[in-house]
Amino acid sequence: MVQTHEAALLEAVPRRPDAAVEVRDLRKEFRRRGRKRGERRTRIALDGVSFAMERGETVAILGQNGSGKSTLVRVLSTLLLPDGGEARILGHDVVAEPRAVRRLVNRVSVEASFFKKMSAAENLGYAARYYGMTSGETRDLIPVILERVGFPAERRDEPMEALSRGMQQKVALARALLTSPVVLLLDEPTTGLDPRSKREVQEFIREIQETHDSTILLCTHDLDEAEALASRVGILDRGRLLALEPADDLRRRYEAETLEEAFFAATGRAFEAEEEDDDDREVFA
Amino acid sequence: MKAVGATLRAELVGAGGVVERNFYLTKRYIWWDLAWFFWTVANTLTIVFIAQGIESTGGQIDVNEVATSLLIGAVVWAYLGVLFEFLMETVAWERWEGTIEYTFMAPLSRAMHLAGQGLFAISYGLLRAVFLFVVCALFFDLSMPDANFFGAFVVIAIASISFIGIGVMTSVLPLISPEKGTQLGFVAQGTLLVVSGVYYPVDVLPGWMQVLAKFSPATYALEGARRAIQGGASMSELWSDIWPLLVIGAVSIPLGLWVFSRGEHYAKKHGKLKRSG
Repeated sequence: MVQTHEAALLEAVPRRPDAAVEVRDLRKEFRRRGRKRGERRTRIALDGVSFAMERGETVAILGQNGSGKSTLVRVLSTLLLPDGGEARILGHDVVAEPRAVRRLVNRVSVEASFFKKMSAAENLGYAARYYGMTSGETRDLIPVILERVGFPAERRDEPMEALSRGMQQKVALARALLTSPVVLLLDEPTTGLDPRSKREVQEFIREIQETHDSTILLCTHDLDEAEALASRVGILDRGRLLALEPADDLRRRYEAETLEEAFFAATGRAFEAEEEDDDDREVFA
Repeated sequence: MKAVGATLRAELVGAGGVVERNFYLTKRYIWWDLAWFFWTVANTLTIVFIAQGIESTGGQIDVNEVATSLLIGAVVWAYLGVLFEFLMETVAWERWEGTIEYTFMAPLSRAMHLAGQGLFAISYGLLRAVFLFVVCALFFDLSMPDANFFGAFVVIAIASISFIGIGVMTSVLPLISPEKGTQLGFVAQGTLLVVSGVYYPVDVLPGWMQVLAKFSPATYALEGARRAIQGGASMSELWSDIWPLLVIGAVSIPLGLWVFSRGEHYAKKHGKLKRSG
C-alpha cells in the first residue's frame, strides 16, 4: 500500500483520543498575489503543528504577529479548513464534524466584534439563540454573567459603540461563557487594553479556571500573561510549534532566566521584533 | 427521536435569533429607515405621476390604468428589492460589523441562518410595501373595483420564496470576494429590474432580454399582481403566474443553499471568512 509523505507524518504523531484538544501534524498555507504581475506568494501559516490538551487545562501559545496563532484558533473554531493533518475537540474532527465542534467551542478574539449600535444585552441575547438558548433561558442568565465579568448593570442597554475597549472585551468574555463552552479559545484577549482592563480580564480568566471545567487555549504575545495563566507554554514561530511545556521547563531547556530569553533562544529572534508587513498580517495573523 | 426534536428546536430558536437581531438593528436605525421610506415614497410618486404627465401633454392613455400599473410595479419592486438586499447583505453586513466569524462558528445550520434572514426580510418588506401602497394611493384617485388583493398577496408570497433563493445565491458573492461580491450583487439586482417588466410590459424588450425575463421571478410576480389587482383575476386564473414561481422557487432555494455552501467552503479554504472595515 502506497502512503503519502503527509499521511506518514500524521501517522507518526501518536493519537490522544482522551484529550480535550488533539492537534496532529496540522498544516495550513495561504497563497496570494504578489506585487508583480502574475506573481504568487505562498506563506506557511501552520507547519506540522501537533499537541494535545487535557480537560480543564490551560495552555498558552506564544508567538509574534504572523506566527500562526490566529490561524490555529480559526482552524479549531471551524472557520478555516486545514490543508493537512487533523484537529479534534473531544474526539470530534473539526473538518468532518464541524457542528458537533461548534457546540463545544467558543472564542474571544482581539477585536470584540459586536453589532455596534446594539446594546450588550441585545448582542448577548441574539448570539445565545444561535446556540439554541431561548429568551426565557437567557433573561436571567445574561445579567448574572455580565455582573460576573464586572460589567456595570446600568450600562447594559447602552450601544456597544459607547463602551470602552475594556468594557467591550468583558462583554466578549460574557458572550463566550454564556454558551458554557467545553473549550475556550482566547486569541489575544487583552491586546490593546489599558493596564486596569487587562488585569480585570486576566482575573476573570483565572476565575473561569477555578469555577469552570473549561479547557482554555490562550494565544498571546504577552509573556507575563502566558506564564501567569497557563500550566504549559508553547512557542509558535513561523507556523512551527517549537516547544510546549511548563514555563520553568522552557527556561531550563533553553538555559534562560526569563521566558523572553527562552523565546529568543528557541527562535533566534527577539520577542518584540516584527517581521511581517501589514499585508501579510492581514492574511496570516 | 428526542435528539432530533432537540436539534430541530435549537435550529428554530437559532433562526429566531436572526430575526431578533434584525429587529434590534431596525429599532436602532429607525430614523434611517424612515428617511429611506420617505425617499421610496417620493421615488414611487415620481414614477406614478408620469401617467398624469403623459395625459397633460396630450397623450391618449387611460390614466387610472397606467397609474395603477406603475404603482403596482413600484411597490412590488420595492418589496422584492428589500428581500434581495437583505439576503445580499447577509455576509457583507456581518463582515462590516466584524461579527461574521462568530456567526459562522455558531452551531446553527446555514439553511436556518438564511431562513431567519429571509423570514425577517419578508415580514419587514411586506409591512413596508403595504404602507407604501396605501400612502402613494392616497395621492391619486385610483379606482380598483375588481381588485383581488388576496390573489395578489398569494402571488407575491410565492414570489418571495423564489426571490430568497436567488438572493441566497448572490449573498455568497461577498464571501468569495469581499468588495467585488457586493458590486456583482448590485449588477444582478439591476439586471432583474430591467428585464422583469417593472414599469412596462416585458414584450417591449429586445428578444434576448425577453428570454432573461422568463427566468426572473419578478416577471411573474408583477404580471400576477397586476392581473389580480387591475383585472380581478381569480386564483385559478393566476395559476399561469403561480406555477413558474413555484418551479423557480423549487430550483432556486436548494440551488442557492448549495451555491452558498460551496462559497462558504471556498472562503474557509482561502481564509476569507473574516472581518473587513
